[in-house]
Parts: sequence; structure tokens; C-alpha cells
Amino acid sequence: MGDFKFAKDKMAEVIGALKDYQVLAPKAVGDVLRFQPVEDPAQVSLDYPNTNVPPKELMFPETETLFKYRVGQTDIEPEVPDASARRLIFGIRPCDALAYTIVDKLYAWDFPDPYYQKRREATVLFGFACSEPAANCFCPSMGGGPASEKGLDALMFDVGDTIYVKTLTDKGEEAAKAMGLEAAGEAQMKAADAQEKEALAKIKRTLDHSGIPEKLPSLYDHTMWERFSDRCLSCGICTFLCPTCHCFDIQDEMEGFDGRRARMWDTCMFSEYTLHTSGHNPRPTRKERTRNRISHKYSYFPEKFDVIACVGCGRCINYCPVNIDLLDILEDVKKAEVKEAKTA
Amino acid sequence: MMDESNPYLPYIARIEDAWYETPVGDRAVKTFKVNFVDDKVWDTWSHRPGNCAMVGRLGIGESMFCISSSPTEKGYLRFSIMNSGGKVTNALHELEAGDTITVRGPLGNSFPMEEWEGKNIVSIGGGIGQAPLRPVINYVRANKAKYGDLKVLYGARTSDLHCFKGEFDEYREEGTACHLAIDVEEKDWPHFVGFVPDLLMEVAPKPENTIAVTCGPPILIKFVTQNLEKLGFKAEQIYTTLEERMKCGIGKCGRCNVGSLYVCKDGPVFDYATLKTIPEAFA
Repeated sequence: MGDFKFAKDKMAEVIGALKDYQVLAPKAVGDVLRFQPVEDPAQVSLDYPNTNVPPKELMFPETETLFKYRVGQTDIEPEVPDASARRLIFGIRPCDALAYTIVDKLYAWDFPDPYYQKRREATVLFGFACSEPAANCFCPSMGGGPASEKGLDALMFDVGDTIYVKTLTDKGEEAAKAMGLEAAGEAQMKAADAQEKEALAKIKRTLDHSGIPEKLPSLYDHTMWERFSDRCLSCGICTFLCPTCHCFDIQDEMEGFDGRRARMWDTCMFSEYTLHTSGHNPRPTRKERTRNRISHKYSYFPEKFDVIACVGCGRCINYCPVNIDLLDILEDVKKAEVKEAKTA
Repeated sequence: MMDESNPYLPYIARIEDAWYETPVGDRAVKTFKVNFVDDKVWDTWSHRPGNCAMVGRLGIGESMFCISSSPTEKGYLRFSIMNSGGKVTNALHELEAGDTITVRGPLGNSFPMEEWEGKNIVSIGGGIGQAPLRPVINYVRANKAKYGDLKVLYGARTSDLHCFKGEFDEYREEGTACHLAIDVEEKDWPHFVGFVPDLLMEVAPKPENTIAVTCGPPILIKFVTQNLEKLGFKAEQIYTTLEERMKCGIGKCGRCNVGSLYVCKDGPVFDYATLKTIPEAFA
């Protein structure tokens, strides 16, 4: 595909030219940086390591209506998003784009999910390569990288006064044309290459995950789960801010006779998540829930979908209030002595 | 099948008849015989013994229940639901003939009825665990020529807690052995007194060319499978159904996994050989 560029001080114009798209870019909401619809292109800044909240919320909102109804009547009105309303995510980091490609598999599995898929179809991903990876980034270990192109329609590099834009798909090319970008030259491409190498060298944390998916089931009864969950507060932030965590609850909500069935983010770290009506809970303590979180990401998901449900964004490590570190857990998984899986 | 473009949309079904299987009160079981409001749903609806559906009420919510009627019973679906005190089961128990419910399904896998052709079938149930076994029993009864001997073993704490009481005589009239059990002695009770795993040892079905299907409380499943193995049944000959909390029913919302399997999609029917490899299946 094509190589384009624009001057940094022209960013507002470039974004403003995207008349046929709803543009979403990182914006501070209180203390939280998350992707928000751009109201004033002049306010968009590309100065951030990554958003606190991953852009998964743009495909899978915290709460969304599945359908509406009126009690006493039998008409059901689905509220499926409109795939023709185009959106462009400006500045998504490569790890978060890679996360979409992983979650896509779940939402396409057997019963395709129209709510997720319509939003995904309608959205163009304009990535932004990382030049300053954060302390807990380990994306290269997970098949990504500071300039990974996976899942993206275009990738931007900050090369001094200029943003170099590499388009990767027809969707990206079309958006670049709408932005009115000029052709990039050798200098920008070289600068981007150099930046990628530098950024890679700055990533200090690594994970060799070979063998982990196969080994995890044999550690079902291992004492390591108690050790790691001892200080867990069951706050769920590791899952809510995980770009690949996709678990949800479904609830009916009523206002007078008008009702809606909605789905909202849920987390396997809450005890209610698996609680049966009978009172029985198959995962009664933090031990079982921690084990499930790690096993789901690193064993159950890859068993079904051939890919580990983790992109190395580091959010679960960065935001855990009691410093539980995913990579420490996985290092222990690798070191742990295998015991025979317990059977009934 | 469900609306393929949107698996979250339920069908509306009308309750044609509703009755209590057990005395009204705490943990009562009520059976709902329902029919789709839109008759066209039947053109594409096709379920198998073991399949489940999300059953609910608009404004309240939905939960997963097994379809307790066999596909050989035409023109209606049956759900036999215990009021376990939750929001949905409570609200469903309030309903009577004429009321509407939502049905989203059929969901999940099913018993491999074709694979079992030519074999003897032993059904071993306890309490509300008989609900997923009833479609197997009725399917085999409706296709008698295709199967060997059918035996029904069923227990509950007391005789009035047996579900589907009216059908036991029908089984016997057709020559199907129906062995009933209650936990505690009752006046004039002519059948077995004791737990279902003990009833199983008393009846002692032979494992040769036989499939055992069991469902009930976890403790019953545990001891029934142990006893079946004592009788010489191999793990591959034993089938059961699992249950977990569910929301989507289509393998997306996450919560019903046992190990890498989703009970809503990969289950609820599992053979014991598979379950033995998944420690979480017995959690």
C-alpha cells in the first residue's frame, strides 16, 4: 500500500478532512485517558504512551442495549449498530489492534455476534507506532511489537515534525486519501525503521510462553494459585482494562413498562460471576478465580482459537492495586513442578 | 434454529398448560408446555434430546434450562423448572396458561442418539435431574425398534418429589422397566428405599452393549458413575449433563467454562471419559 505524511502542525486539518467518518482519538476524561469521539480536531494530541482504557470499548461498550421491548407486548426491537456509519480510530496502539484480531475469533465462533461485528466492520484502524514503550510492555513476546501492523489499516510514526503514515489496507488507503495526505519520502521511511528498532530495544520485559498452554491444566491443584491470589482484592481491574477480556453479563432493565435487555462488562474475578442459584459456586475463592483468569488467557483460549488471549500491553500489571504481576505468575507456571491433574 | 443474524433475540412462546410436578413450595418443580406465538418458528425449529434453551420473561431476565420434551413430541416444548429462589425461576413460577415467555434456542450439544442405536439404554436420574433424561427416554420409546432394552431408574427424597409421576405406568405398560426409589421409608411404598446409587447396584444393569445416562445432584452423579464403573461400565459408556451459570448460551460471555470447554456450547452433554480429563468439571 501507500506511504504518506503530514506535518504535525497540520493534524487538525487532516482529521478535520475526515468528513465521512466519526473520528475517535485519545482524550482525558477526568484522570482517565480513553478513546472518545473527536469534537475539536485541534484538541487531538498524539502525546501518550497508551490509553488507560483500551479501545475494546469501541467494539464492545461497557454497557449496550441488545434489544428493547414493552412489557405486555410481544414485539422485540433489536438495536444492532449500523455497519454503514464509518468510524476511524486515530492513534490506536499496535497492541490494542492485535487484541481485536484475537477477540474477533471469539465473536465469529459458531454464533456470529452482530453487535461486535457490525462495529468492527464499520471501523478503520489508524495505528500509532510506539516510540517510548512503557515499563511493563512485552508486546514483542506476544507476536506484536511497537510498530506491529497486525490488524491495522494504517500505521503512523512520529518522525520529528512529521507524521509518516503507512497504509496497509484498502480501508486505510481510502481514509488516507480522504485526509488529503501527501506522499512520504525515503527520509520518513528510514526514520520510522530506526524508530522501530530503538523502541524494540527499550522493551525490557519478555515472556517465553512456549509450553505454558500445555502445562497450565496440569497445575490445577498447585499451591501457586493460593500464593498469587492471597493479596488479590477481587477488584477486576486486570480484566476490565484488558484489551482481550470479553466476558459480559446480560440484564433486563425497566423504566415503567419500557424495558431493555442489555449486556455489560463482567469479570471472572468477581465471586458472583459463576455463582449458581442454588448457592453453589464452582469458583468460590480468589484462588480458583485467579487460576481461571490465567488459564483462560494462556491455555483455554489458545486451545480453542490457536492464539493466546494476551497482547503484552502491560495494563493488568500497571493498574493492579496490589502489584500482582502477570509475568511473575507465568514465570512460576514455567518453573512449577507438574503434578498429575486431579480427577474425580 | 434461532435468528442466525442475531442469536440474542428470543422467540415469544405462549404457555398452553402449566402444572406442578411436586408439592407447591420451596424448590417446587413446575412444568410449562409452550407453543411459539409465531407458528412459522416450527418451520426451522429442530431440537434434539439434551438441547437446552434460554427461557425467561421480558423485564426479568433469562436462564438456561434443558428442554424436557423429546423432539418426537410434536407441536409443543416442555420445560420443567425448579423454583430455586432466583429472580428468573421465581418469576417463571408465577406464570400460568395464557402467559408468554421468551425462548432462545435450541442451544448446546445433545445426546448422540444415532450413535446409540442398537444399544440398551439405562437412564439413572435423581430429583430435577430427570428433566434432561425425559427426552432421552421418550425418544427411545418413540423409536423402540432402533434400540435395545430401556431401563429407567429414578429416585427422589420422597415419593411426592418424583417428577413426571404420571408417566411411570406408561413406561411399565410398554414393557420398560421403571425402578423408583425414595430416600426414606413411606407407608405403602412398594419400591426401593435408599439412594439412587444403591438402587443402581440392586438393579445391576449389565454393561455389555449398554449406554448409561445419568443426571441429578453432583453427589448423585459422583456415586452413580463410581458404581457404574464397579458394574463394569467403561467411562465411554457413561453420559451425563453439566450445569453452570450462563448468560449468553452461545460461548461468548465466558462464565460457564469447565477447563477449556463451554458447558453452553460444548455441553451440556459429556461422556465420563471426557469429564475425567477436566478437573474443573467436578468443581
